[in-house]
Order: sequence, then C-alpha cells, then structure tokens
Amino acid sequence: MLLRVENLTVKYGNVEVLHGLNLHVAKGEIVTILGANGAGKSTTLMTISGLVRSSSGGIFFHDRPLHQLEAHGIVGLGVAQVPEGRRVFTTLSVRENLHLGAFTQTDPALIRRNLDWVYEMFPILRTRRSQLAGTLSGGEQQMLAIGRGLMANPKILLLDEPSLGLAPILVKSIFSTIREINKSGVTIVLVEQNARLALKLADRGYVLETGRIVLEDTAKGLLADPEVRTAYLGGV
Amino acid sequence: MQLFLEQLTNGLAVGGIYALIALGYTMVYGVLKLINFAHGDLFTIGAYLGLTLLLSLGLTDHLGPLAGIAVLAAMVMGLVAVIGALLERVAYRPLRTSPRLSAVVSALGASIFFQNAVMLLYGARFRVFPHDLLPTTAITLFGVNIPVMRIILFATSLLLMAGLYAFVQKTRTGMAIRAAAIDQGAAKLMGIDVNRVIMYVFLIGPALGGVAGLMVGLYYGQINFTMGWVYGLKAFTAAILGGIGNIPGAMLGGLLLGVIEAMGATYISMAWKDAISFLVLILILIFRPTGILGERVADKV
Ligand SMILES: Nc1ncnc2c1ncn2[C@@H]1O[C@H](COP(=O)(O)OP(=O)(O)OP(=O)(O)O)[C@@H](O)[C@H]1O
Ligand SMILES: [Mg+2]
Repeated sequence: MLLRVENLTVKYGNVEVLHGLNLHVAKGEIVTILGANGAGKSTTLMTISGLVRSSSGGIFFHDRPLHQLEAHGIVGLGVAQVPEGRRVFTTLSVRENLHLGAFTQTDPALIRRNLDWVYEMFPILRTRRSQLAGTLSGGEQQMLAIGRGLMANPKILLLDEPSLGLAPILVKSIFSTIREINKSGVTIVLVEQNARLALKLADRGYVLETGRIVLEDTAKGLLADPEVRTAYLGGV
Repeated sequence: MQLFLEQLTNGLAVGGIYALIALGYTMVYGVLKLINFAHGDLFTIGAYLGLTLLLSLGLTDHLGPLAGIAVLAAMVMGLVAVIGALLERVAYRPLRTSPRLSAVVSALGASIFFQNAVMLLYGARFRVFPHDLLPTTAITLFGVNIPVMRIILFATSLLLMAGLYAFVQKTRTGMAIRAAAIDQGAAKLMGIDVNRVIMYVFLIGPALGGVAGLMVGLYYGQINFTMGWVYGLKAFTAAILGGIGNIPGAMLGGLLLGVIEAMGATYISMAWKDAISFLVLILILIFRPTGILGERVADKV
C-alpha cells in the first residue's frame, strides 16, 4: 500500500475535527474524498502533508511514518499537495513559482524535464512565465498550482478542490489533465465538491462526514449508492 | 547649492546606515509579521563588540587600517548574527503559536535585557573609538567637500545592500525567504524548512544591524548603550517609509530618511533633526501606511 491513514485523530485546540480516520491508497490509483463543507477533507490532506499535527493515529507512506516527519521532509519523500485556494506565491513570477515547486529536487536535468512537461501540459504558463502569479486569472493560477505541485516530482499528488471557482469548461480540462498526470504514473488523492466529476474520474472514493468516514467503495459503487446520490449528486 | 550637495552626501551616508538596520526589521517582519524590538540593541551590541575587538586584537596594526577594519566588520557580523539567531531561539520560537502580543512583549523584554547587559558590561558612559584609524581627509568634487570617511561608509552600505539583494533574488535560500514571507504554509508545501528560513533571517538582519553599529562607532567616534534606541526607531521609520516587509523598500526608505533628516537639520533647525524623523513616521502612518513600495509589492520581503 502506497499510503495508509490509520485511526487518525486531529484536534484544533480542544476541538476534535477528525475522529479516527482510516483510509488507504494503492499505487497508481485515483482516490477521491467527498464530503460537505467542514467535513474535514482539507484537514486530512494538511495532516498528511505535515502542516497540521495529528493527536493520535498514524500516516504511513511506503510504511514510513509521515506523522513523525516535518512538512519539508514529507515533500522530499514524494508527497506533494496542491492546496485549496491555490495559494500560489502572488508576488513571484510564474517561473519562480514553478522553481519553488522543485525546491526539494536536486537533479537539474530532472527539474528541466519536469518544467518542460508542465509547460507542455499548460502552454499558457510558458507564455506567462515572467508574469507575476498574482496577475494570472483564476484558472491559470490553478494550472500554476498544479504545475508547481508536479515540479516536486511527486509519487503521490494530493489535490484539494482543483475545480473551485472555475468555469465548467475549464473544470473538464483540469480533470482530463489530472487523468493524464495519473497515467504518467502519479498516484492521486482528489478532494472535491464536484462529486459527480470526481467519481467519474476516480477508481475509488471515501465519503467523509463531520470527521468520520461513513462510506467507502469503488467510484462506480458510490455513483450508484442512493445515499450518495441524494446527498452529493443532487438527488438524480 | 554647495551646502545642499554637502548635506545630500551626509544624508546618504547616514541613510545607508538606517537602511542596513531597517533591513533587519523588514526581513523579520516579512517572515514572522513581528517587529523585532530588540533589533536596535543588536545594533548597539555590534558597536560595542566592534570596539572591544578593535582594542584587543590589534587587527588594524597587523593588517593595516582598511583590511583590519574589513576583518573586524566580518567578525562583528558573524558574532551579532549568532546572537540574533539565539534571540530567535530563546525569545521568539517558543511563542510562535502564541498570540501576537506575547511575542511583542518578549521582544520588548529582550530589548531591555540587551540594553542592560551592555550597560553592565561596558558602563553607562560614552565609549570612544580610536580616531586615528580612518582617513580624516576630504576630497573635493564639483566644488563640494566630501570627507573620505563618508564615501567609505556609503560605499560599504551600498555593497552590503547589493550583496543582500543578489542573495535574496538569485539564490535558492533567497527564494525560500521570499516564498515564506508570502505564504508560510504554501512554502512548507514546497518542501521549504520554514524554521531554517527564519533562522537565516535572524542571522542576516542582525549581521547587517551589527555592522551598522560598528560603522556608526567608526564614523562618529563614540558610542553609548542607548544608541540602539534612537537608531532603531529611525531605521524602523525607514522600514515603514519604504513599506515594511519589502527589502528594496527598506533600502530606499533608509536612504530617503537620511537625506530628509540632513536637509531638515540644515534648512529647518538642527535641534529638530530627530523630531523630523518621527514626524515622517507619523505622516506615513496617517497618509500611506503601506509605505512607498508597500502597495505594489505588498507582501514581498
Ligand atoms: N486552523 C483551524 N483552526 C480551527 N478550526 C479549524 C481550522 N481549520 C479547519 N477548522 C475546522 O475544522 C473543520 C474541518 O475543516 P476542513 O477545512 O478540514 O473542512 P473541509 O472538508 O475541507 O471543508 P471545505 O469543503 O469547506 O473546504 C471545520 O469545522 C473547520 O471549521
Ligand atoms: Mg477544504
């Protein structure tokens, strides 16, 4: 198993927001985590990335305990995240943002190759490479955030609501890019509000409700599940 | 006109010093959103350490005045940098997740501690630098008399600022510092060790502030344990003037404040020299709190 989350409990101050979460991701999979606002999806990803500390339980990547590592060490192992709200470095150029994505990488040839790959995937970023990231459109910023994540040469990429605030046509294109990234060998964990699209893309999925996994199935199974249909797919 | 140009060179020389100190405020503010109130005292410590090393090592005898002082400056920078990094470890890091006010109180406490430590070690009276070290001559340029010392001072600050700018713009660590100043969380997601970035900032800022202390000692010939207060406040004004958190802003703000002050002292009244700086601070806070470069590149270090 590439990534295992075991009985993960997370508190903000005295408030427990994840109550013993269990999930796993196999190599090569696309796994989606669905859930309403405030269910704890971002918290789960942030805890995997080491920005939020767990109060109990464990996170294992290739059997290495991530919960004992600092955030920067986790990226170095090949776990990258594209955070909710993009969080590009607005006053740095597109090129600098991408190079920051490769901060843990030491092989210049590999960095070069990944940069070419990102520019090929998102040609607009090449055109805009000298522009400040804050001046990009929302969609372009999302592309930059994904490209920046890929520059870390990740084995697993955690994507937090990549469709947030994008026009439907752009969402489609971002999702097909995610599939492409996955085909190139990167395992994907996808947090989404857009449950229908996410389940069409994913192999498996988890449904998170107020800090607990309440459902876990193949994407097909979840798409057909009556409860999922009413709660997350608009009852159709 | 001649008086104006003379005061301009004077203002730039002093402004260079303000700029060096201001960089420390601005860089720390950039990554921690904290005003390091003890920074002015690190400047004082630089001056006193410089004097002690100057008197005890005899570097200027062995190496000649210029090389001797260059080595001395490097030593002061190194020592004050270490003190700065220790300050961060002891006074700020434990409070990283506490409410902001705790860190502010801790900063004020550190300032009082340093000031008293210097007073206890060196006494409360003015201490005098040997004044036969550096050239006291002046050169005449376009009919304007410029003391050589002033030129050396200004050139040194420019060199240090250029070095810092290149470091921040061109190196991996410099890029990490800029990224952490914009969004610490996102910087961590890039694999940047933010604690290390903060340590670098607390090495670089105090190193520049410390060497500024030495420069003031050499330029004016005398130092006092409270000197960090006035210089600190002026450099802080310079940092705000340029846009706090902004590195080129601190450089510009420092030079500008030096010139404003020199002009004010000449054309308004010598007695009002310090008041003018604080007037600048108040006006900036009222009319343009983001400073000169603050808006365009608000969250750039
Ligand atoms: N830094 C924080 N401090 C305190 N509470 C927090 C913090 N971050 C999140 N929370 C709380 O934890 C819970 C889970 O938040 P989280 O951001 O993980 O939800 P989410 O599933 O990602 O929601 P959304 O779909 O809105 O992004 C929420 O109740 C939220 O208010
Ligand atoms: Mg979220």
